[in-house]
Amino acid sequence: MNKDYSEVINKIDMVATKIYNDFQKADIPSLDLPTRTKANIKFDDNLSVWKYGKNTTQRNAKSLDGAYMLLRTMYMADFIKEMIKIKKSSTLREMYYISEGWDLAKFHSQNESNLLAEDLEVITGCMREDFKLRPEEDGARVIGNLTIEEVTRNNTKKKIHCQDDVGDAGYSIPYNVEPEKITFKGIDADFIIAIETGGMFDRLVENGFDTSNRAILVHIKGQPARSTRRFIKRLSKEKNIPVLVFTDCDPWSYRIFASIAYGAIKTAHISEYLATPSSQYLGVTPSDIQNYDLPTDTLSKEDIHALKSELTDPRFQDSFWKQEIKLQLKIGKKSEQQALAKYGLDYVTDTYLPEKLAEMGLFKK
Amino acid sequence: MASVSAHELAKKQKEISVAEFFERNKHILGFGNQTRALITSVKEGVDNGLDACEEANILPDIYVEIKNHEDGECRIIIEDNGPGVVKKQIPHIFGRLLYGSRFHAIRQSRGQQGIGISAVVLYGQLTTGKHAKIISKVETDRPAVVNEIAIDTNKNRAEVISRDTIHWDKPTGTRVEISIMADFKRGKRFVYDYLQSTSIVNPHAQIIYKEPDGTEHIFERTSEVLPRKAVEIKPHPYGVELGTLIKMAKHTKARQLNSFLKTEFSSMGDRTTNMAIEKAGLEKNLNPKEMTREQFLALHKAFKKVKIMAPSTDCLSPIGETLIKRSLKHETQEISPEFIITASRPPSVYSGNPFQVEVGLVYGGNLPKEESVKILRFANRVPLLYQQGGCVITQAISSIDWRRYGLTQPSGKGIPTGPAIFITHVSSTLIPFTSESKEAIADVPEIENEIKLAFRECARKVQQHINKKVRRAKTREKFDLITRILPEIAKKSAHMLGKPVPPLDPIITKIMDVVWIEDLIEYESVKREPVQTTLTENQPEQKEGVITKSQIMIVNYKHTPQKFNLYAVIPQDAVVGTVSPKPSKITNNYIKWNLDTIPPANKIDIVFELAGLSKGDFDENDLYIENINPTYVIGADKWEGD
Repeated sequence: MNKDYSEVINKIDMVATKIYNDFQKADIPSLDLPTRTKANIKFDDNLSVWKYGKNTTQRNAKSLDGAYMLLRTMYMADFIKEMIKIKKSSTLREMYYISEGWDLAKFHSQNESNLLAEDLEVITGCMREDFKLRPEEDGARVIGNLTIEEVTRNNTKKKIHCQDDVGDAGYSIPYNVEPEKITFKGIDADFIIAIETGGMFDRLVENGFDTSNRAILVHIKGQPARSTRRFIKRLSKEKNIPVLVFTDCDPWSYRIFASIAYGAIKTAHISEYLATPSSQYLGVTPSDIQNYDLPTDTLSKEDIHALKSELTDPRFQDSFWKQEIKLQLKIGKKSEQQALAKYGLDYVTDTYLPEKLAEMGLFKK
Repeated sequence: MASVSAHELAKKQKEISVAEFFERNKHILGFGNQTRALITSVKEGVDNGLDACEEANILPDIYVEIKNHEDGECRIIIEDNGPGVVKKQIPHIFGRLLYGSRFHAIRQSRGQQGIGISAVVLYGQLTTGKHAKIISKVETDRPAVVNEIAIDTNKNRAEVISRDTIHWDKPTGTRVEISIMADFKRGKRFVYDYLQSTSIVNPHAQIIYKEPDGTEHIFERTSEVLPRKAVEIKPHPYGVELGTLIKMAKHTKARQLNSFLKTEFSSMGDRTTNMAIEKAGLEKNLNPKEMTREQFLALHKAFKKVKIMAPSTDCLSPIGETLIKRSLKHETQEISPEFIITASRPPSVYSGNPFQVEVGLVYGGNLPKEESVKILRFANRVPLLYQQGGCVITQAISSIDWRRYGLTQPSGKGIPTGPAIFITHVSSTLIPFTSESKEAIADVPEIENEIKLAFRECARKVQQHINKKVRRAKTREKFDLITRILPEIAKKSAHMLGKPVPPLDPIITKIMDVVWIEDLIEYESVKREPVQTTLTENQPEQKEGVITKSQIMIVNYKHTPQKFNLYAVIPQDAVVGTVSPKPSKITNNYIKWNLDTIPPANKIDIVFELAGLSKGDFDENDLYIENINPTYVIGADKWEGD
C-alpha cells in the first residue's frame, strides 16, 4: 500500500533541473517530448502494441505558447511533488480547479490540464497514478463468473463475486486497478465481451448471456477509461482469456476497439500497460449491415472524414479493417448495436452472437 | 431647276433660341432625366454658393432644402452666406446662359463653363413654367432684395418679373429658389451622397441639408481655414489652342510679337521668347495684329519645339493631406475604419495646364468586405457622380495590382474588392472633362500617371502600416513573455530545486534580439493661442488649441550596443515645439536625431511636441531609422532619404 515515490520525485526534479540548467547556461529553456500524433506511432514488435516513434516536439520559451506550457509544467510538477509529500491525491478536475490559483500558469480548460498531465507522463516516463492524479471517471461495469479481491478504503480485503455479490448493474471498476488494489481470484469463463453501450450490456445481462455462454460482460461506456482498459488487459493476460469487442458500426466505435487492442494515440507512451493486443473485433461490422440487413443511418460528413482518416491510421492497416472501412464508405451507411432488435429482443443472444462467435471459432455448443 | 437665292436661305437662318439649344443638349448639360436634373440643380447651386463664399473670404455655410410635391415638382432652395449679388447683376447671373466672370480666367474654380445656375433656372422654367426667386443681400445694414426672374428664351436675356425688398437676418448672402420637375424618390440617395462628398473635399464648409420629410443632415465644418486662394495665371504656350492664340493676338495691347509673347503668356522669358520666334521663322518686331494664319500656325508649332518652363502652380488650391485625413475621419466615424491613409503629389502639368493629384484610402471597419471598393472622385473640390467607368481615375486605380494590399482583384486588374474607400482629388486650372456635363476626367496620360503614383505611395503606406502592426503584435507577445512568464519559470524551477533564482538577462536579449521602439501620442489642450498656422488674413477667432505630444521609447534588446539615427516624420503644417533630446535636424517634414550608443538592455526616451494641428490629425508616429539593419528594429522602417 505504501508505495515508494522517491523515483517519481527524482524524475520530476529532473524536469526542473533541465529548465534550471538552461537558465544557467543562458540557453533558451526547452523540453523535448515525443510528438503525439497519428504520424508518430510505431508498432512495437516486442510488446505487440503501438508506441510513439522517434519524432519529438520541442516546447521552448521562444514562443508565448511554449513559454506558457513550460510555466504550467513547472507548476504542475511542483504541485505533484507537494501531493506526494503530504500523501494526498487529487482528481484531474480538482487539479484543474487548483490551477485557478496559479496566476499566469492557470489552465483555460480541463482539456489543457489533462493533456499536460499526459505530457508530463511522457516526459518523465511515469504514470498518472504515480503523480497521485486520478480521473473522476466512474469505472465501467462487470458481470460474469469472476471473483475479485479488492482492498477497500478501510484497508481490508474484500472478495466480490461478479454475479452473486452484485446487482444487475454489476461490479464497478475502481480507478486504481493495480495489484495493490485488486487481484483476480477465481474465474470460470471462455471470453470477455467489451460492450460499448449500456443498452446492449443490459440486454445481455437480462438475457443471461454471461451464464448461458460463459462470458465476462464488461460495459466499457463509450471510449473506455484507462482503468477499464487496464482491467481488461490484466484480466486477459493473467487469466489467459480472449477479449472480444462489441460496438456500434461507425468510425468512432472502431477507435474504441483500436484503443483496447492497440493503444490510443494520446496514451501511446503507456500502451503496454493499457492495450490488449489479442483483442478481436466482434461486431457490428459493415458486412453485418449487409448480411443481417440492419436498419441504418446515412454517414455524416464527419463520419466519412473519420473513416478516411482511419484508412491512413497505421493501426488500421490490416486487410480486415481496410476491407470493412472501404465497404462502409461504399455503402455510405452506419448502424447501432441495438439495431439488431429489429428481429426481436432475443435475436442478439440467440442468433447474432452465437453466429459471430462460431465464425471466430469461439462458440462451443 | 430654280436656284435658291441667298436671300431666301437667309430667311430660314434664324438664331437658335437658348431654349432650343438647351432642349437639344440637355443630356450633355446634366439634365438628361429627372433624377439627373435634381442632382445637377443642387450641384450647380451649391458650387455657386461655395465659390461665392471663397471669393469673398467667408467660411461657407450652405443650406440646401428640397420640397417635394406629389406631381413630381420639386422646389430647390439653396442658400449661402456669401457676399450676395448686386441688384444689377442678378438678371445676368441667374437669367443668362454662358455668362460669368470665371469663364475667362485661368485658375482653379468649381464651375468652368458658366452654364451653371442659369441652366437650372431655364430648366425649371421649361418644365414647370414657374419663375425663379432670388434673394440677395450685399450689405449688413441694408435690406435684402427679392427678385422673380424669368428667361426670355429668344433673346437669352433675363426678365425681371418682380422686385421687392425684405428683411433678412443674414448679414449677407444669396438664396435661390427654383421649381423643377424632378424625381426625388430616385435622386434622394444621390443628393445625400453628393453633399457628403462635397463636405469631404470642402472641410472648411458647413452644409445643412433638409429633406422634404423634414429630416435634417448636418455636414459639419472640420477646418476653420479657408483654402488658399487660387491665383489667376496667364495661358501657358503648351496649352494654348491656335484659335485662342489668334484671338489673343487680335486683342493684345502689345505692338511687337516678342512683347506679346512675354506679357500675355506665362513662363515666357527673353530666351524662350526669342527661341520660339526663331523656330517659327518669324521676326520679333512683327505686329501681332497683322500676322497671317500661316504665321500663327508656325508659331503654334514652334511652341512645342522649345523647352518652356512649367507654369507656376500657385494657381492651384489643393486640399492638403492633413485636411483630407481629418475630413475623412469625420465623415467615416460610423464606419470606424482601421486606418485612413493619404498621399499627395507635387503639382504637375499637362499641355501647359497645371494640375495636382491628392488621394486617400479608408480601410476596414464596417465597410463591406465582399463588394467592390467605393471610388470617390473629385475635380476641383466637386464630386463626380456619374460615368465612373469612363474616368481616368477609375482607369488608374484599375491598373494597379492591389492584391498585395489585402484586397481581392482577379488577375490583378480592374476595380478591387474589399473593405475600402478610394478618394481621388484632381485640381487643375482646366480639368479635361470627357464632356460638358463634367462627370468624368478624360484619359490624359500625365494625369493618369500622377494618380497611379499617388495611389502607389498610398499602397506603400498601407503595406508599411500592416507590416508594422503584424511585427509589433508578434514582438509584443515576446515582450509579454519575457517580462512576465520567463521570470516565473525561473523562479519556479529554482523553488523546486531549492536553489537561487538563475540570471535572466542573457536569455531575455537572446529571445527578443531586437531594438524595440514604442510610441504614444497624447493631446494637451492649451488655453493660449497656438502658433499661427496660416497666412490667410480672414482667420476666424481661434478656438482652444491642442498640443500634440509624441513620446518615443527605444529599448535595446540586442546583446550588443546599438547606435543609429532616428527620423520622425511630421505633417507639413505642424509647428515643432519642444524636442528632447536635442535633434540633429528639423525640417518641414521630419525631425532627425543622431542617437547616443544604447548599451544592451538600456533605453532612451524621446519627446517632441507639435502645434497647429487638431486633435487626431497626427495619431500615429511615422518613424524611420538609419545606420542600423532594419530587421533588428521593431516599430520603425528603413529611412529611404528625403
